[in-house]
Amino acid sequence: MPLKTILSAINSTLDQQMEKDDTVISLGEDAGFEGGVFRATKGLQQKYGKERSIDTPLAESAIIGGALGMAVGGLKPVAEIQFSGFVLPGFNQIVAHVARFRNRTRGTYTLPMVIRMPYGGGIRALEHHSESLESIFGHIPGLKVVIPSTPYDAKGLLTAAIKDPDPVMYFEPKRIYRAFKQEVPDEEYSVPIGKAKVLKKGTDITVVAWGSLVRETVKAMELLKDEGISVELIDLRTIKPFDKETIEKSVKKTGRFLVVHEAYKTFGPGAELISTVNVKAFLYLEAPPTRLTGHDITIPLPKGEHHFIISPERIAKKIKDVVKF
Amino acid sequence: MLTKKFDPLKGKILEVLNHEGKIVNEKLEPKIDDDKLLKMYKSMLLGRIADTKALQFQRQGRMLTYAPIKGQEATQVGSMAALSETDWMVPAFREMAGMLYKGASLKKLFLYWYGNEEGNNLDKSLKILPISVPIASQLNHASGIAYARKLLKKEEVVAGFVGDGGTSQGEFHEALNFSAVFDLPTIFIIQNNQWAISTPRSSQTKAETLAHKAIGYGMPGIQVDGNDPLAMYIATEEAKKRALKGDGPTLIEALTYRLGPHTTSDDPTIYREDKEVSYWEERDPLKRFKIYLENKDLWDDKKEEKQRKEYTDFVTKTFKEIEKDKFVDLEEVFNYTYAEMPKDLKDQLDDYKSYLKEVK
Ligand SMILES: Cc1ncc(C[n+]2csc(CCOP(=O)(O)OP(=O)(O)O)c2C)c(N)n1
Ligand SMILES: [Mg+2]
Repeated sequence: MPLKTILSAINSTLDQQMEKDDTVISLGEDAGFEGGVFRATKGLQQKYGKERSIDTPLAESAIIGGALGMAVGGLKPVAEIQFSGFVLPGFNQIVAHVARFRNRTRGTYTLPMVIRMPYGGGIRALEHHSESLESIFGHIPGLKVVIPSTPYDAKGLLTAAIKDPDPVMYFEPKRIYRAFKQEVPDEEYSVPIGKAKVLKKGTDITVVAWGSLVRETVKAMELLKDEGISVELIDLRTIKPFDKETIEKSVKKTGRFLVVHEAYKTFGPGAELISTVNVKAFLYLEAPPTRLTGHDITIPLPKGEHHFIISPERIAKKIKDVVKF
Repeated sequence: MLTKKFDPLKGKILEVLNHEGKIVNEKLEPKIDDDKLLKMYKSMLLGRIADTKALQFQRQGRMLTYAPIKGQEATQVGSMAALSETDWMVPAFREMAGMLYKGASLKKLFLYWYGNEEGNNLDKSLKILPISVPIASQLNHASGIAYARKLLKKEEVVAGFVGDGGTSQGEFHEALNFSAVFDLPTIFIIQNNQWAISTPRSSQTKAETLAHKAIGYGMPGIQVDGNDPLAMYIATEEAKKRALKGDGPTLIEALTYRLGPHTTSDDPTIYREDKEVSYWEERDPLKRFKIYLENKDLWDDKKEEKQRKEYTDFVTKTFKEIEKDKFVDLEEVFNYTYAEMPKDLKDQLDDYKSYLKEVK
């Protein structure tokens, strides 16, 4: 099996889906000829032509509103937004239309479309290049939100997203785009949307993370290896609709819960997950369900970013705090 | 009126000083006093040297992502020189030379690209807005400032900058329309540097020129040789006069070229030909302006050499100074979220501080 990074898995999945299905197309700023600023769409225009791998004019509302129209018109568009911080000019299209089309037309018009975008901090970038906006989209009825943390899931979730009859926001953890390789099968497969994955079984505490923070949590577990704490690590993979069952089952076993995310704290996904834990596993809890999140401040520019970014040390400390409560 | 005489619909482009340093239109040569001419040239030169050094620092891993201005100095300085200190500048992110001309300190500008918010904290009296990364969004701010200053009876104009790629954004349309509807004292300056990352100007719009777009908003538009500081000066001067008379905004399309990469993360050899770059290198704005000043006996090679050395030292020294402060303090990243820190945010800060204390 070939070894792939998250980035190359995304690239080859787009290639595979465009090859199998003529209605799948890719569009975005600099996403055609150059293959995108991160090269996620590299080679697609050369292989499938300018009409199916589109360099758009610089306008996110045109990309997203246009993708909606393309989906209505019979295509399966995969739109690339250069950085998640730049999705905002297209926010109106997403919230006012993309999320609502099925409901508005009582199921007559459905939108098989994907909006891909690199997200997250820790890459020493300029303003608007480090945001984690999954909370904002997770809040909107009608949207699905997925975030892979491995090359294998990057392929499986992207395949599922493209085949999904409803719009899917596909966030790409750019900090780990090229961080490691994993065996990724050549044949087509899907990772189901809405299913979390238990990455490591444990008995003392359930830790839920996604995207690049899964890797940081694994590092935290390394730091804790002599502490005698048995961590059950869950990669949430889908922010919406999220997998309540897997979380419930795990917390009933461990009795402790920690969610880690880089998105801002207040009204973030952590609050939602903790609410689920309280409702579903209240009597099993041995410590207050806890979150470790980005502070409620604009994510700082690189010279202050370390005050914001969640390090393995912070995760390890939080795990200890919850276990020793 | 220049906008009539150089009608973009008739394929006219405003030029005064050509790329060989010759005045091609004597009647249009502006009467700029010697000190100002020298200030203009020196700002362009400082911008150029700071740009070259910034790229070097970045390659040495000492600076973060940086958006080079090389080749666009005349567009920025020529236009800013036509404004007064009381006028406003609303930049995008590739206007370093113009900001220097208007009085921003190099230290602050470098601090921004160094990754410190303090770099956007420019002295309010300069009337320069912070760098705006979301493409074209700043133009609506320009309209708003123009509205406020007009209502408050201030004799001021607002220059808003955008790139050629930015003209495709909805906000470009919205801002021009808003300014035109209210006859606002706004000057919209498009730095058409021919590229938006890898996307050429020709892929952004079917319009023959970007100046054409003005017509749809009911405002004059003009295409200017953006590598000619004198042409930029007179076009902006006229736009300012029109704005202060209450006749509304103007759209200036400055034809220029980004000689460097889009940012330090970009490799332009993927999408453009060397010969295109060398064509524009011959049209270098500094080269022609230097000849112009030499012909006026204001400048010579000796002065040039001395000034270059002085600026190179200044840039190096300035950068060393900012490198002394490696990081931003913890309080800094929290303190400016609200006038008064809400209780919950204070708790987050305290929690984090106690974590830091415990792990120390
Ligand atoms: C809303 C938004 N979308 C995308 C980007 C990413 N981006 C940064 S610069 C750029 C190209 C801008 O081209 P142009 O307007 O011509 O300005 P130039 O870079 O040439 O100065 C893009 C797409 C952004 N900053 N903002
Ligand atoms: Mg441009």
